[in-house]
Amino acid sequence: MTVYVKGIVFENVDFDLPRCWSIDQYIQRGGYAALKKIVAEKIAPEAVIEEVKASGLRGRGGAGFPTGLKWTFLPKGYVGQKYLVCNTDEGEPGTFKDRDILAYNPHAVIEGMILAAWATGATVGYNYIHGEIFELYQQFEAAIEEARAAGFLGDNILGSSFSFQLHAHHGYGAYICGEESALLESIEGKKGQPRYKPPFPAVVGLYGKPTIINNTETFASIPWILRNSGQEFQALGKPNSGGTKLFSVSGHVNRPGNYEIPLGTPFAELLDMAGGMRGGKKLKAVIPGGSSAPVLPADIAMNLTMDFDAIAKAGSMLGSGAVIVMDETVCMVKALERLSYFYFEESCGQCTPCREGTGWLYRIVHRIEHGEGRPEDLELLASIGDNIAGRTICALGDAAVLPVRGMLKHFRDEFEYHIANKRCLVG
Amino acid sequence: MLEIEIDGKKTTVAPGSTVMDAARALGVHIPHFCYHKKLSIAASCRMCLVEVEKAPKPLPACATPVTAGMVVKTHSNAAVTAQKGVMEFLLINHPLDCPICDQGGECHLQDIAVGYGAGESRYREEKRIVPNKDLGPLITTEMTRCIHCSRCVRFTEEVAGYQELGLAHRGEHSEVMPFLGKTVNSEISGNVIDLCPVGALTSKPFRYTVRAWELSRRKSIAPHDGLGSNLIVQVKNHKVMRVLPLENEAINECWLSDRDRFSYEALNSASRATKPQVKKDGQWIETDWQSALELVAGKLKDTVAAHGRDSVAALATPNSTVEELFMLRKLMAGLGVEQVETRLRAADFRLHTAGATWLGQSIAELAQSDAVLVIGSNIRKEQPLLAQRLRQSAKRGMKLSVLNPARYDLLAPLAGELIVRPDQMVEALLTVLKAACEAAGKTAPAHIDLSSIEVCDASRSIAATLTAHSAILLGNLAAHHPRYAELHAAAAALAELSGAKLGVMSEAANTVGAQLIGAETSGNLFASPKKALILLNAEVQFDCHNATEALAAVRAADFVVALNPFADGVKDYADVILPVAPFTETSGTFVNMEGRAQSFNGVVRPLGETRPAWKVLRVLGNVLGFNGFDYESSEAIRDEALAGDIAPRLSNALKAPVAVKAQAASGLVRLGEVPLYQLDALTRRAPALQATADAAEPALRANAATLAGLSLKAGDSACAAQAGGKALLCVREDTTLPDGVIHIAGSHPLTTGLGGLFAPVTVERAG
Ligand SMILES: Cc1cc2nc3c(=O)[nH]c(=O)nc-3n(C[C@H](O)[C@H](O)[C@H](O)COP(=O)(O)O)c2cc1C
Ligand code: SF4
Ligand code: FES
Repeated sequence: MTVYVKGIVFENVDFDLPRCWSIDQYIQRGGYAALKKIVAEKIAPEAVIEEVKASGLRGRGGAGFPTGLKWTFLPKGYVGQKYLVCNTDEGEPGTFKDRDILAYNPHAVIEGMILAAWATGATVGYNYIHGEIFELYQQFEAAIEEARAAGFLGDNILGSSFSFQLHAHHGYGAYICGEESALLESIEGKKGQPRYKPPFPAVVGLYGKPTIINNTETFASIPWILRNSGQEFQALGKPNSGGTKLFSVSGHVNRPGNYEIPLGTPFAELLDMAGGMRGGKKLKAVIPGGSSAPVLPADIAMNLTMDFDAIAKAGSMLGSGAVIVMDETVCMVKALERLSYFYFEESCGQCTPCREGTGWLYRIVHRIEHGEGRPEDLELLASIGDNIAGRTICALGDAAVLPVRGMLKHFRDEFEYHIANKRCLVG
Repeated sequence: MLEIEIDGKKTTVAPGSTVMDAARALGVHIPHFCYHKKLSIAASCRMCLVEVEKAPKPLPACATPVTAGMVVKTHSNAAVTAQKGVMEFLLINHPLDCPICDQGGECHLQDIAVGYGAGESRYREEKRIVPNKDLGPLITTEMTRCIHCSRCVRFTEEVAGYQELGLAHRGEHSEVMPFLGKTVNSEISGNVIDLCPVGALTSKPFRYTVRAWELSRRKSIAPHDGLGSNLIVQVKNHKVMRVLPLENEAINECWLSDRDRFSYEALNSASRATKPQVKKDGQWIETDWQSALELVAGKLKDTVAAHGRDSVAALATPNSTVEELFMLRKLMAGLGVEQVETRLRAADFRLHTAGATWLGQSIAELAQSDAVLVIGSNIRKEQPLLAQRLRQSAKRGMKLSVLNPARYDLLAPLAGELIVRPDQMVEALLTVLKAACEAAGKTAPAHIDLSSIEVCDASRSIAATLTAHSAILLGNLAAHHPRYAELHAAAAALAELSGAKLGVMSEAANTVGAQLIGAETSGNLFASPKKALILLNAEVQFDCHNATEALAAVRAADFVVALNPFADGVKDYADVILPVAPFTETSGTFVNMEGRAQSFNGVVRPLGETRPAWKVLRVLGNVLGFNGFDYESSEAIRDEALAGDIAPRLSNALKAPVAVKAQAASGLVRLGEVPLYQLDALTRRAPALQATADAAEPALRANAATLAGLSLKAGDSACAAQAGGKALLCVREDTTLPDGVIHIAGSHPLTTGLGGLFAPVTVERAG
């Protein structure tokens, strides 16, 4: 279920309309106006980037990096091929927003990429789409064709000298292929394994060429910003958390789904929008930003506003905006076992701490869950985590450690109970 | 230049250098597994994590570029904590079966674990077990020990030129494996054994023989191709147990070809001769050295006296040492005999150069060329490590072209390619020469007739690559060619015209040395019948251009003495066998293709009553009562043999013009390559090498059109016939061959019934 509350990605989208994704509907909603204006007025690429900077838009893929700033990292004065890549690999457990963007408003992504191409000088782009949403990949291809037929995409866009080719590319479902450099390897036809950075993709990216890679929602925000203004976008949210955001709410709520709301909205309001706790149960904990974000207990969550700074201050992260709500029946040991299993299975395996450490973490949690915990296990978990975090090629290592740290910080007693009593505190 | 401080030591490094580069320059050791100076950076083992001031996290030294003013600490608390953390992870799933592991004592993991590992493991879960893989006859696997450094994977792809290993699966399930149903077949595959920091990949022939620390290490020089790789020969109880590379950046870098690495097995083969033997009434009888030498001396003296000096000749292989060849020549001179020949696989003796033919420059210089044209060489099989160097150069942008009788895969990007029948190689080269003449607006020398030559696009584009900073190289297929002199002369003219350097990639370890001491004087010895023959290291059925002719000649001779480490190869036709030392049992000198004389010592004592050949020849001189046969040491011989500078005596320039003229192709022509592992007596007897794909039985190979013309198909049996002899072979289709070419390898027991390596051949279906 997708719910538009207030925002920019799904503004005016009628989710019930079978072809709400099509170009006519998009144009009716004001789509491609930004592109037309920029091409007609020959607005300088620097000015476009300035506008994006002014919007305070931060990457929606998890790391929250300021988008306008990222675009300036392309080598100055570089002549030659540059690429633009959209990351729709969306594999983080709990995150299901990007596929809805492709389902209901793919042209926002396409226009966003064309505008980004104008701003960065990239002439070829790819949208890397998660393998399990094949129909949406096909629909995206159809949308690309529509845009091309309408003269928005391809050679000499809108009769100008500006050209941009966009291709859809689908993966096969490996979570690691959402990591930007693994994604690039995968497009190149290689095994999806992250590259060591530096050099960053902006300097050495796809096929070794400068490449800008952004999340689907990030690109989908660009047309609105340029149609209106950066300032207006910024004003929708909070300082340092400009704009609105899609939150994928899942777990023990009555109406799980995507909610587009201004950044800074209190969590309590979001929980209300999602219909409150299912079966009237008590809220126990919330993972506010996707499975790699540290868990927060109910009392902290209920006083939280949903923006980058507030969540960071509370000791977690906004991440991709996946809000996993857990009620009082959830065993935190079991929950962590599931989370740890995911990272263990999804590690690409190239670097030692992640390849060896994620399995070790999982096995210990698994033992605890199955009544074979040992008193020293909790110290060991923390220590293994310290040996993984910050020492790997990509952030998957950290992503595997953060849930462990969050659980041990807020629910240590449940783990200790499990170890001491070989059974669950909860049920 | 950027300034950097590592552990308090300051240095400046070039921009683009990594912290690891800087540390190595400073002599600071940073523990590492995946990093290797010759491979791309993987940054995956994380063993090299160091503390960098102002960086929030420890950084991998191997992948972190130096920035101005960087301050690095490799042994601070933060660094060591990070390194210990990684070490623990590496050990949790490692079997720690050091007591039964072949790598024990030379294992990087073991070494570093001593410094960084904890005494007791905190890992109490089940350890992972990884199934072993079949990588072929040279490399054995114990994959549970693998630490996923990916060095072997990167080696096959980046250095060997063709990815034969990969890291399949993800995460903890990652496994190094070959492609499904495939083994590792590269001619330089054994290097992955050295690269593997643990005991996951070890030497199959060496496996479980001895522990590394029981071995002593002795330096030596590889006796096979013309590169002269530097070796560490490992020895126990006077037996060679293993051969490893001795790093020499100018020659073999840190690599060895499989031939250099695994041929040692032949040294311990049962077919070694350990006592002098004499044939009496068709029976072999062991005898003592004194009687054997007296017999030989007497026979030689008598033959010369009775039949004249032209009735006696000496044949030696070009991997005989400088000292051996010098003594052989001196002995022959004492007898008045002039005919001493080492160019045993050559067929054309019209060429006379101003000096010993050689690479024309150093190996390292060659690698820096802008362009290289290789003429007549299956270079990967002839000179495996030189091919590797050229591959790296080609990847950096050197323009590599080939003119060959088959489309050999160099596993390197090619700028141009001319693939023609063996008997049209001269003509193909003339098209390049003519193209170069046209481009430069010049004419070829008068002795080269270009009138009937038609230039094609391929020859034009090859000619265009050749600049003053390039090289033209002649390989074994050129050297063995019936029109070698013409190939050489045309190549020399092309070099002259373009400013390129002409080079000859010498076939064997001492091809250049043999020329320097004049052990190549007679041309085709078999042109006139011989009464007595001296064979030094030579097995004529395998080492000569025309096996049938050579065998007929030795059989027709009244007296044949073979100085050879092995008895079985010469038993058929020799009258006396004198067991002489292979390269590991004597001191000696080889002069490699770049003119570098490399002396070596014996690394083990001679087997049984084997003696170094130079000593045997010296004593023969004494028995014959010749003067000047009282050398105390091989060094004394070498100093006389190679007196003075070698460089001025090297030259590929023609002393006299050779008439070069196009000839028409006709009929079927043989392409008689010498297989990689048939090159010389040692390789022919190395069991592991003989089990590789490169040692597969020779077949009769031709392309589909040629086979169709003969009404043959793959899998048939066919009889190939050349002047005087024939061979029965299995038929295979080979898409790399031009029309009319019948590929039948030479130097092999199955093909010793045939004639010239590049001579016409007729083919009939058998049975
Ligand atoms: C293991 C891992 C998985 C990731 N998966 C995704 C993903 O599915 N989608 C995504 O947009 N970003 C993902 N990221 C983040 C990307 O690497 C990258 O930061 C992002 O695509 C940049 O876009 P943005 O700046 O617009 O957020 C992942 C990162 C890691 C370390
Ligand atoms: S942290 Fe894990 S997923 Fe990322 S590169 Fe290393 S092994 Fe692969
Ligand atoms: S040596 Fe640097 S990460 Fe392996």
